[in-house]
Amino acid sequence: MPDAPDKTQHKAKITVSDLTMAFGSNVIMKDLNFEVAEKDIFVIMGPSGCGKSTLLRHLIGLQEPSKGKILYDDEDFTAASEKERGSFIRRFGVMYQSGALWSSLTLAENIALPLEEHSKLAPNAIRDLVSYKLSLVGLSGYEDYYPSEISGGMNKRAGIARAMALDPDILFLDEPGAGLDPLSSRRLDDLVLRLRDSLGSTVVIVTHELASIFAIANNSIFLDTATRTQGATGNPTELRDHSENPVVRRFLHRGDDDQADTNPSS
Amino acid sequence: MPPTLSKRSLPPEEASLPCASWITDGSQVVLELSGNWKHDGPSIEVKGEPPDRAPVRYQTDKLGSFDSTLPAFILAHLRSIDKGPVENAEPAKPSLDGLPPNLLGLMELALAVPEESDAHSDEDKIGTIGKLGKITLNVGSSLQSVAEFSGQSVLALGRFFRGKARFRARDFWMIVQECGAEALPIVSLISFLIGMILAFVGNAQLKSFGASLFVANLVAIAMAREMGVVMTSIIMSGRTGAAFAAHLGSMKANEEIDALRTFGFDPFDFLVLPRIIALVVMMPLLTLYSDIIGILGGMLVGAGVGIPPALYWHQTLDSLTLTTVSLGIIKSVFFGAIIAVSGCLQGMHAGKSSAAVGEATTRAVVASITAVVILDSAFAVIFTILDI
Repeated sequence: MPDAPDKTQHKAKITVSDLTMAFGSNVIMKDLNFEVAEKDIFVIMGPSGCGKSTLLRHLIGLQEPSKGKILYDDEDFTAASEKERGSFIRRFGVMYQSGALWSSLTLAENIALPLEEHSKLAPNAIRDLVSYKLSLVGLSGYEDYYPSEISGGMNKRAGIARAMALDPDILFLDEPGAGLDPLSSRRLDDLVLRLRDSLGSTVVIVTHELASIFAIANNSIFLDTATRTQGATGNPTELRDHSENPVVRRFLHRGDDDQADTNPSS
Repeated sequence: MPPTLSKRSLPPEEASLPCASWITDGSQVVLELSGNWKHDGPSIEVKGEPPDRAPVRYQTDKLGSFDSTLPAFILAHLRSIDKGPVENAEPAKPSLDGLPPNLLGLMELALAVPEESDAHSDEDKIGTIGKLGKITLNVGSSLQSVAEFSGQSVLALGRFFRGKARFRARDFWMIVQECGAEALPIVSLISFLIGMILAFVGNAQLKSFGASLFVANLVAIAMAREMGVVMTSIIMSGRTGAAFAAHLGSMKANEEIDALRTFGFDPFDFLVLPRIIALVVMMPLLTLYSDIIGILGGMLVGAGVGIPPALYWHQTLDSLTLTTVSLGIIKSVFFGAIIAVSGCLQGMHAGKSSAAVGEATTRAVVASITAVVILDSAFAVIFTILDI
């Protein structure tokens, strides 16, 4: 059991040990070991197509690991029965790459649906909650719009609002900044930071946008396509300056060899 | 002769033709490129036998303008020799001497990352027997998925009757409206015409026996036993089965089904179950409606050939028994379930692209019509054996 409390004040929230991900016999990533502490903003990064989103899908139980374990607060998620999984999943909020709002429902209905299912709130209390969540992501007044009637960036923000509907302990965001202009991307970063600070949620983000990574993440994992395993884990700024893995340094320096080489591991 | 504005003299016609000549100089090969290489220009002329090694030098002093056709030509040649006998060895960088700077840049870019030999699909390497095996395995796995899906449907129905399955009542009523009331116009049109056709054909034959009145029996029994339910099923396959597959397929492509799952909804209960229930409930009603409309169509033709409507109606009621009508109704329940299950199955198993949604829709319609007709034949045999 890897429960050595080296990060003293935090209780480990997510522990991944020996995880191997595969489609049939095609291994995507193997021997992944990392820990996400409470209130971390944890980034899963790596080159395109290396299996970042696949790792996220494993973490939220949409795909079964071919080997290894995923623990939430030291409780085994991978071995949980269908029924027990429900109680894990209720603690998650997930924003998908495209937003994945239910296209036949309005934004308000999208956010209200999980609340109707999992809470005993009265309809008008739900309505108030919905407009509060929408205002958090800057979409007040868009309650009655359908996902197809608003822009891609708004869809992503609405996706975050829906992910937060049940006040999750852990927020999973799949490429929140992709396809957004720099300002919207920046606003999204601020939103994530503020949500973490005020709600105390742990946040797991899949991204390869360096600006975002350095701005918000305090912990990360780098997935290396060549070796099919993790290249490094730790604080991204420290990894950039002191990682012993040249691939990681190069990635975090945007492929700039000179800078990566002048900053060897101290 | 008017003075030409352009300083450059126009190149002679043959110089503008794209041409690649292989010049062998001892053991070395030089590629001479000339003319204008344009994708909408004349086709490329290759002079000399293309060698099995890269040219050491390019001669480009007669080269005019070019677009992507020229780098594509050079790259294709370099790639064709890269696949040479030496496996796994790092291929030496081919010489690009003599290329103009802009072409040099493009070629360096194209050659920067070596061709990934694993990335090519291994489709061509499989022989006929291998393909046959693949098809067999596919058939096996799709039969398995049909069986699994049907089993899941039954389990979901069980959960529904125990009050444990959850879906939105509003979704259910929307689906009921889509596959019930909104299907009435097309069902009316088709059934009315089928009734008329049966009456025409029947009358042509029965008239010679002086038994025109029995057209009423023929239309009534044919509609009630077979045509009403089969035509309704085919209409609903094309209309509602396809709509189910397309809707669920695009929800899947858009990760909406994953989103349901991570909010603790069972996508099967939430999406598939209301569709199955709605269609199973609406199919008998549509079938009954189709029977009546078909009989009215027959009545119109009957009136045309001299059978008074009142008499026709009386004759119809005489010929129909509760058994005859209920046979059609019972079949419609099964057909409704088949159409809903195959539409939802294809939608839930669709791939994640817009083309995959189209394929899923096609498969749903083909599978459900086929299944309906096969099951109807089976019913015909069973009813004959039981003598109903």
